[in-house]
Amino acid sequence: MIFFDNVSKIYNHHSVALKNVTLRMEPKEFVFIVGSSGAGKTTLLKLLIREEMPTDGKIFLDGIEVTDIGIGEMHKVRRRIGTVFQDYKLLPTKTAYENISFVMEAAGRADAEIEEDVPEVLELVGLSDKRDNFPNQLSGGEKQRVAIARALVNRPDVILADEATGDLDPINTLEIVKLLQKINELGTTVVLATHNKEIVNSADRRVIVLDKGEIISDKEKGKYLLI
Amino acid sequence: MFFTNLRRITKTGILNYKRNGWLSTATVLVMVLMLFVIGNLVFTGALASVILSSFESKVDISVYFLPDASENSIISIQKELEALPDVRDIHYISRDAALELFRNRHKGNQLIAAALEEIGENPLQASLNIRAKDPSRYAAISEFLLQKNYREVDKINYFENQQVIERMGAIFKTLRGSGTFLAFFLAFIAILVTFNTIRLAIYTMREEIGIMRLVGASKWFIRGPFIVSGILYGATSALITLMVFFPLIWLISPRLALLVPEFDIFQYFLNNLFMFAILMFGGGIIIGVLSSWIAIRRYLQV
Repeated sequence: MIFFDNVSKIYNHHSVALKNVTLRMEPKEFVFIVGSSGAGKTTLLKLLIREEMPTDGKIFLDGIEVTDIGIGEMHKVRRRIGTVFQDYKLLPTKTAYENISFVMEAAGRADAEIEEDVPEVLELVGLSDKRDNFPNQLSGGEKQRVAIARALVNRPDVILADEATGDLDPINTLEIVKLLQKINELGTTVVLATHNKEIVNSADRRVIVLDKGEIISDKEKGKYLLI
Repeated sequence: MFFTNLRRITKTGILNYKRNGWLSTATVLVMVLMLFVIGNLVFTGALASVILSSFESKVDISVYFLPDASENSIISIQKELEALPDVRDIHYISRDAALELFRNRHKGNQLIAAALEEIGENPLQASLNIRAKDPSRYAAISEFLLQKNYREVDKINYFENQQVIERMGAIFKTLRGSGTFLAFFLAFIAILVTFNTIRLAIYTMREEIGIMRLVGASKWFIRGPFIVSGILYGATSALITLMVFFPLIWLISPRLALLVPEFDIFQYFLNNLFMFAILMFGGGIIIGVLSSWIAIRRYLQV
């Protein structure tokens, strides 16, 4: 499903973000990517949606070589991936509702579908009452939940979440993780990059540990032990 | 699918235009300024051209004939001259007509009337007034006359006025040339300022544009609303400019008529209103759309 073939990302001599990473993720997997900050977690996710290009190596999604697609066609791949960005990346001039409906409109969904799905997903993340708020009228946790709702709403094949629970309180965190697990059970691949030891250890899923741009551990039903 | 996208793009474009109130207002005002400059250039150009041609039409050369020259030979010389490509028109003034003109001009002047009585016969000469298509060609026309060396010709006044005529010709040429250059230059600056304003407006949205790409929007889906906003900028500013021009020209018209009676600027405005509106709307919309298009290009490369 997702295949990193000997991928390196080198910014300059002093800054090597990823070094010879080879990695395979199967459909319907739930994968944690852990590691201290600067270990390369975010870079790994950025490369998959081609927010950045690798210095070396190839990346495949479902047999399509992502690193070989013209930038003008990249949106077709991105529609199959729901991304929760570390810095949320909400559109500041659009309301919570519009931020979510935007990705459906961009994907060419019908109006009826949008009108049905957006309120539903807003309710799922507990923001029905904030639907008409602009991002600057939302708290950090609320923004994060809008970002999660946006990532879910197109029912993507893969969800990438970069510190998706970083700004949430423990109760919300638990709920979001449960939500992601439920989505995963329904057949979506979930890749969650995180610092949060409790979530990783309680989830009992595959854990990939990155350190200084290299994979130092990759275990089914792993624990967040090393760091 | 296409129409759904078109509807969504249009809706978003209008919404952005409304939500970015200050930015839209500022952009529209700059565009009004641009269109105002361009509009002014059109009027100034028309005015200058009327003034210049009225000056030019006052320059001519006259060929005076000896008193014994027959009307037939004068007419045949006129025919020959008319065949020259440089000649615009030739006006024949017979001796009688010249006397009539002279009398009319000095109507009420007893002294001159008395002097004419005293002379008894018509002292004035028949003449041909020649106007060239281009003031710089008078030299060539008089050269032609000299070469032909008509027996009937008494004198050609070109040589008396030569310096004045040549200088006028040179001035007209420079005015026309530099006027056109200045007009294009000013229009160019106005367009550049507008382009920069729109570029700045899009620059402030560059992160959003990148985000839209990352969450799966096609280039067209992102570019579309900006194009729609560009159309709205152009149309709004064209409308405002026209509404500014109407009373302005109406006010200026009577004052200008005192200076240049040949040119009724308000009438000119009304006669050309349709073309002028097309220029304003067309210019505004084309520049709005083109600026948006060019400015957004690089931010879409995500």
